Parts: sequence; structure tokens; C-alpha cells
Amino acid sequence: MNIQVAERSITPMTGHTAGEPVTRNEDANHELSIRVRGLDLWYGTTQALKSLDIDVYQKNVTALIGPSGCGKSTFLRCLNRMNDLIPSVRIKGLVEMDGRDVNEAKMDEVALRRRVGMVFQKPNPFPKSIYENVAYAPRMHDLVSRKADSDELVERALRDAGLWEEVKDKLQEPGTSLSGGQQQRLCIARAIAVRPDVILMDEPTSALDPISTATIEDLMDKLKQQFTIITVTHNMQQAARVADYTAFFHLGEIVEYNDTKTMFSNPATKKAEDYITGRYG
Amino acid sequence: MSQSFDEISAQLRRRHRKSARLKWISMGALGLAGLFLVLFFADMLGKGMPAFQQAQVQVEIDYNEDAQRMGRAALDPEVSRLVSRTFERLIPGQIRDNPELLGTTETRWVLADSQVDQYLKGHRHKLSESQKATVDALVEQGRAELKFNTTFFTTGDSKMPEASGILSAAVGTVLTMLVTLAIAFPIGVMTAVYLEEFAPDNRLTQIIEININNLAAIPSILFGLLGLAIFINFFGVPRSSPLVGGMTLALMTLPVIIIATRTALRSVPDSIRHAAFGVGCSQWQVVRDHVLPLAMPGIMTGSIIGLAQAMGETAPLIIVGMVAFIPDVSASFAEAATVLPAQVFTWAGEPDKAFVEKTAGGILVLLAILIFLNASAVILRKKFERRW
Repeated sequence: MNIQVAERSITPMTGHTAGEPVTRNEDANHELSIRVRGLDLWYGTTQALKSLDIDVYQKNVTALIGPSGCGKSTFLRCLNRMNDLIPSVRIKGLVEMDGRDVNEAKMDEVALRRRVGMVFQKPNPFPKSIYENVAYAPRMHDLVSRKADSDELVERALRDAGLWEEVKDKLQEPGTSLSGGQQQRLCIARAIAVRPDVILMDEPTSALDPISTATIEDLMDKLKQQFTIITVTHNMQQAARVADYTAFFHLGEIVEYNDTKTMFSNPATKKAEDYITGRYG
Repeated sequence: MSQSFDEISAQLRRRHRKSARLKWISMGALGLAGLFLVLFFADMLGKGMPAFQQAQVQVEIDYNEDAQRMGRAALDPEVSRLVSRTFERLIPGQIRDNPELLGTTETRWVLADSQVDQYLKGHRHKLSESQKATVDALVEQGRAELKFNTTFFTTGDSKMPEASGILSAAVGTVLTMLVTLAIAFPIGVMTAVYLEEFAPDNRLTQIIEININNLAAIPSILFGLLGLAIFINFFGVPRSSPLVGGMTLALMTLPVIIIATRTALRSVPDSIRHAAFGVGCSQWQVVRDHVLPLAMPGIMTGSIIGLAQAMGETAPLIIVGMVAFIPDVSASFAEAATVLPAQVFTWAGEPDKAFVEKTAGGILVLLAILIFLNASAVILRKKFERRW
């Protein structure tokens, strides 16, 4: 018996269509946001992502979980082509958004990133004022030209990010003067200021204390009414709390993609069950 | 069987002695270096400070008929030898320009001859006994004394020590540095930005990188040869001009600015670039709006240090003709000019002893400017230092 057969024997996912979750979350929206088919990615000669298939639905929170080095952050960066910044990366396969392959030659990565925003692991506000952190991107993308419009947009983004009450009196102070949790919410405000369709979050709370983490989780819950959120997390409880769908990554493959409740109560694969119950990872 | 503390201490004593000895040797080295620095400054100040004072004598000027042809005739023969010839030469011209002066007399403080100056400062001089007696008598009457030397700062070079100054060299330095900055700063910064932010990491860029680093280590006189061959002989840029000097020094300063800029760019954390790319900046917007502003203090510091280095440079300028006798203050980038270190070099070669203090004085002025530039570089760095 070779290993491949052995793997199959503990993966009872055969029979359902590639990329779709095993079980549907009936409360969730099922309009397609991003469709990924057969996505392979190599760092030099090392294959980091192996033939990924996944459908991400609009206005949901989709969590990507899995042990370190399983490729979940790498996958996240494929969705706004941040991997373009790494010279040795080679990508094959389809990442489709709004009927267009994001990797096609005609696709401008700047246009893509305008529609797919990103929040990073470590809060990284620009070393400029709080106001400027939020107003910079909309101005750059010509979404606003008049000062009054810009003010309104900054206020709206900061309110959506739940930061307005805390910073409204010190908009001209540097963004780096805020606390870690506030900085991360400022980064979220910066990302939503250009009204993207999708927000990618790469372990957004891993550098934060528990209270700031709870604030951000609440925020994600609110933001999913307006945006599609894809978040990478190491924290299983977080995935269980905030996500509608969860994808479990292992060694560059999506082992299981499922409705979050089902994933945590009755996973379809042994590997996911072992990881979720803390047997490894 | 383990060793007791006493046994271990006995062995350690030798090691402790050795480290104490090395500490004393290194402190001695530092002390020696400091001592040389103090000696250097003391000697420079001792020799240079007299240059900021110059002897003047009060004389009666009689604008008579003879003075129209020979200025010396306007002065009492006894003191005429004690007055700077540069002053005497001007008298006929003054009468020509202003005929009303003819027949009048005037009492004025005028520049004394350099020998009087040297005598009053207690240096070696060539005055005869009778001349010495006259000077002593003038000093007694309060008609000869050392005054602040404005001439040193308001005139160019001269063959007469008492009338020579650093203004033309200072203006030449300013013009030359302007050219150097205007060429080396934009080219250097853009080169570094390209290499650091845009260029792919391939063979070609690696070769360019190695060559830039090597360029910084090339003897500066070779840049002078390059300047002569390319700028003067090929492009026909006027010889001895601040233009060609500045271009030559720009070649020399380029690698310094490129290397400093690359270091400054590299010290900007990638998280800032990622943040900027993440909100949809193009590569150039990332550089212009986020990376360059953060790297600017480092770039400025590096550029100022590169400029200070160029300002103290003489060797490459010898070849492009800027080490020369330039009495007039140059008014344009294309006129012949000299620079401060070249002026010091020229004075150091003068046989007249009175130029010794000019040389030291010139060095003091140059040092003061360089210390000012370096200090401003340090202050800039401290002021704009950022934490992420």
C-alpha cells in the first residue's frame, strides 16, 4: 500500500465538487467572490502550494488555519499578488475574481490591490499622521479631491474601524504613537478607506493583547456586512468565533474546507480533527 | 576532584593581568591619538590666529602732482617704505577718478608692509635698524598697531602677503560645491533608488554594485585625469573653472552618495513597503511617498559627508587647473577659480615667511567649515532619527 492510497483512505472528501465546502453554512452568503482552481506555487524549486481549489464567498469571514509553514499566508498573498515582490516565486493555476484571472498579463496588480486590501501581522501604519494614514490611499487613487470629501471619508473609515472616538481629537498625531491594537485598527481603516471588495488579514491579532484581539474580532464580525474577509490565524478559537467558513491547510494543500461549525464539531478528515483537537500543530 | 576557589583564582590572576595590560595599551593608543590631535590644533591655532590680525599704520596722504604718477610720492618718505605697496599703487588711480582730491591731504589708517606686520608680531623680519626705530616710534605715538584683518576675508590672493585673502578661494569653493551637489546628488540618489528598489538581482546589477564600491576606493587624482580627458579635452568645458572642478569632484562624490543612499534605503523596514503596496501604490509611489522620505535623513547625512570630503580635496583639481594663482573673485561658473584647500596649497609653497600664517589661517577657515558641515550632518541624523 503506497502513501497516496493511505492519504486517500483518511480523506473522505471524494464525491463533492472541488473547491466547494464539504458542508454549507445556511446562514452565509453564497455569492462567489474569489474562485481558485489548481493553484500551484513554487519558491525556487520548493513547491509551497499544491493544486489548491477553493471558492471564497462574498461578505463572509473565511479563516485559513493550519500548522506553521503550511502555506496559508503564501496563499493569502496570491490573492492580491503580493508574492510578485518575491523574485523567486513562480505561480501556476487560476485565481479568478469578478470573471478575471488575477495573474493574467493584462491585470494590473495596482488595480487588483485597490479591490483587495490587506492587513498585516504586525501593525504597520505609515510614519505619518493618523489622518494621512487613512487619506493617503483614497487621494492616490483619485477617489477624493476636495478636502471636505477627504475629511468625510477619513471619518467614515475610522468609524467603521471603531477607532474614531479614540482618535478624533488627535488626527494630526503620528499613527505610530497609538497603542498596538489601535495601530492595527488604523491599518484596517487604511485598508477599508478605498472601499475594497475583499480584505485579506494575515494573522491580524497575533501581535496583540487579548483585549485588543477581542476588539478586532468584533470588528471583523461587523465588517463582513460590507466586505469579504479572508483571515489567516493560528488561533483555533478565533477561527471558531469569527469565521463562517474555515479552510485547513497542511503541507501546501487544502485538506479540508468546511463550514466552520461543522469543521470544529465534526470534521470530515482525520488530519483536520487531529489538528483541531491539538494532537499536532 | 574539583578545584577550590583559591586554585582557580591563582590561575585566573594571569588572565586578569593580561586583560588589564591590553586595556592599558588600548587606552594609551587612544591617548596618543588625542595628544596628536591637541598638538595639531594647538600648532594650527598658534600659527593661524596671527593671520586674523594685520598691522596698520596711520599716515598722512598728500595728493600732490607727483602722486598722480607715483603713489609713493604722496607719503612721507620715512613711512612710505613701511606701507603696503598695494595701497601706494592705488593712489594715482584715485586721483584720476576723483580730480578734486588733488592738492588735499588726508590722515588715514592704511595697511602696513608685511615686514612691519611680522616685526610687530615678533616674527622674523627684514626691517633695518632705522626702520625698526621708526616703527617703534609710530607704535609709541599710537600710529601703528595690529588690527582685525578684514583684508583676509575680503580679497583674493596676492603676491604681497599683507594684501592676500581667502575670498576668491571661498567663492570658488562655494561655486564648485554647488556644481558638485547639483550633479552628484540627483544622479547618486536616483542610481541608488534604481539599484535598491527597482533593479532585478542579476549578474549585471551585481557587477555595477561591485564597481561602485571600487570607485569609492580609487585615488582621487585619477578622477582629475578623467576630468581632464573627458570634460576639458572632449567636451571643451573651460579649464580651471568651478564647472569643470565641480564635475570632477562630482565623479568622486557619486559613489559616496550612492553607498550612503543605499544604506539609508535598506534601513527602511520592508513592512512600510508592504503597507504601501498593500494599499495599491505603484512601485514609484512606494519609493516617492514612503521610502524616500524615511531615508532622507540618512541620504542627507551621507551627502553632506561626501560633500565635505570633496571640499577638502586638492589632488584632482591640480589636473583640471584649479590649483592656481587667482587674485580675482570669480563671478561665474566658467571663470578661472580656485578653492580653499588649493589656496592653502599655493600659500604653503610661497617662499615669503609671511605666508606661513596665511597658510595656517586658511587651514583654520577650512577646518571651521568642515566641522560645521559634519556637525550639521550629525544634528540632521539625530533630529530625524525615527523608531519603528
